[in-house]
Amino acid sequence: MSVRKTELAIVGAGPAGICAALEAASHGVKTTVIDRGEELGGQLIKQTHKFFGWHKKSAGTRGILIAKKLSEDVRNSENITVLNSTEALGYYDDGTLLVETPQGIDRVIGDRMIVATGASERMILFPGNDLPGVYGAGAVQTLMNAHGVRPGQSVLMIGSGNIGLIVSYQLLQAGVRVEAVVEAMPTIGGYAVHASKIRRLGVPILTRHTIKEAYGKDQVEGAIIWELDDSWNGIPGTEKDLKVDVICLAVGLSPLAELLWQCGAEMAYIPELGGFVPLYDENMETTRKGVFVAGDVAGIEEASTAMAAGRLAGLSAARSLGKVPDDEYAKLKAEILAELEGLRSGPASAKIRSGLAKMREMLQAVQAKELAGGEPRPQGVRGERDCAGSNSEEAVGA
Amino acid sequence: METKLSDNTRIEDHPILDFPARRVVTFTWEGQELRGYEGEPIAAALHAAGIKVLHTSHKSNRPRGFFCAIGNCSSCLVVVDGVPNVRACTEKLREGMRVERQVGTGPAPRARE
Repeated sequence: MSVRKTELAIVGAGPAGICAALEAASHGVKTTVIDRGEELGGQLIKQTHKFFGWHKKSAGTRGILIAKKLSEDVRNSENITVLNSTEALGYYDDGTLLVETPQGIDRVIGDRMIVATGASERMILFPGNDLPGVYGAGAVQTLMNAHGVRPGQSVLMIGSGNIGLIVSYQLLQAGVRVEAVVEAMPTIGGYAVHASKIRRLGVPILTRHTIKEAYGKDQVEGAIIWELDDSWNGIPGTEKDLKVDVICLAVGLSPLAELLWQCGAEMAYIPELGGFVPLYDENMETTRKGVFVAGDVAGIEEASTAMAAGRLAGLSAARSLGKVPDDEYAKLKAEILAELEGLRSGPASAKIRSGLAKMREMLQAVQAKELAGGEPRPQGVRGERDCAGSNSEEAVGA
Repeated sequence: METKLSDNTRIEDHPILDFPARRVVTFTWEGQELRGYEGEPIAAALHAAGIKVLHTSHKSNRPRGFFCAIGNCSSCLVVVDGVPNVRACTEKLREGMRVERQVGTGPAPRARE
């Protein structure tokens, strides 16, 4: 086992993690990025659609191309070390991040850490939901767009948020039939532009409908859908039998926050942000000093906000390492905050805005309690034990 | 060297994406010889070959396929060359791999000779 010391350890090389790394590295921070994938970019590597807004310069760019560009920038940065095909296994009180590389288990010790681990797909309850052929929408996207394999012949999509709508369109592009999109809410969840695209191609979007059951012997052979009444109960007699071999769930994401729980960062359940999320301040720092967050793990949004939040986390980590003068920090931070505010200004972001407001209130309550002399929380990304030594990023045998 | 597999689950023409030529390798699934692309996830090669049941559940022996396809959920565990609990959705296909459906927790891994 070797120990890799670094100024900044970033877990996750999706849009948030990469942007955090690039920002920190641009201020001279020696940064180590850990990602379980072989390629960098996280879920961007399967996003064939164009993004509405990132940096003014990149709006209208396909996710796959953003991933490519960001990976190139990472490779060209001499301050960034990439540990790809490497999983973060756990965070220990002494500041050790245990990682599994293709060569074996190593320790990574960072003076600061950014957790940008993203999210996982949600499941909903219905008989037969465990049959092979019931897949997450992201899984279907990975299979088609990253690996070139069609998930099946005919698909029922559950959920009309942007992911459900976009993946439906991508299924059509791959030559797969989409029987219907069902949506339990009375209105379509995603952007009208995405909904119109698939409707024009003949895919019905059935609001106030849900799946009643999936059936099949060893794998999905069909699905029964039905209409919902005002109390969200299925209406007997409205059942329809769809002969599909794939049922795709686009019913939301949950933050992958295990490392944050292990760190002892204060967490709170905020449904608007997707479940349990860390409390974090305007600098993206959690209540565990030195541990920052960005992207879906801090609240489910989308890649454009993840990239901006990543830059802010990287900037803040760099500042806390003494690498950014105060005036420059204030200027850059104001720019990113303005960008985030812009990205979250539309009616579709009302839920996020309300979730973030709740999160800030909870953070203030925790901070007030601490000021009043409450129980001390763990401080510092490193503990006392076993962490003395230089900040060299070189790997040394241990 | 063969670089193209054609079966109706492989996407050939796509308006945005190109799938570059890759080396075709042979592997076995439950003793049956199959082909796939070197380096693609085992689950992708099996799915392209029409195989969806990768695992059976611990208690009720229910069929399981992949669910998340990115290594989060453990729904797709298979036995590879005698080693259980390998995630078919992230493990890369190699020439000569022996892949088997995992029943429940799978066999105890044998000590390497």
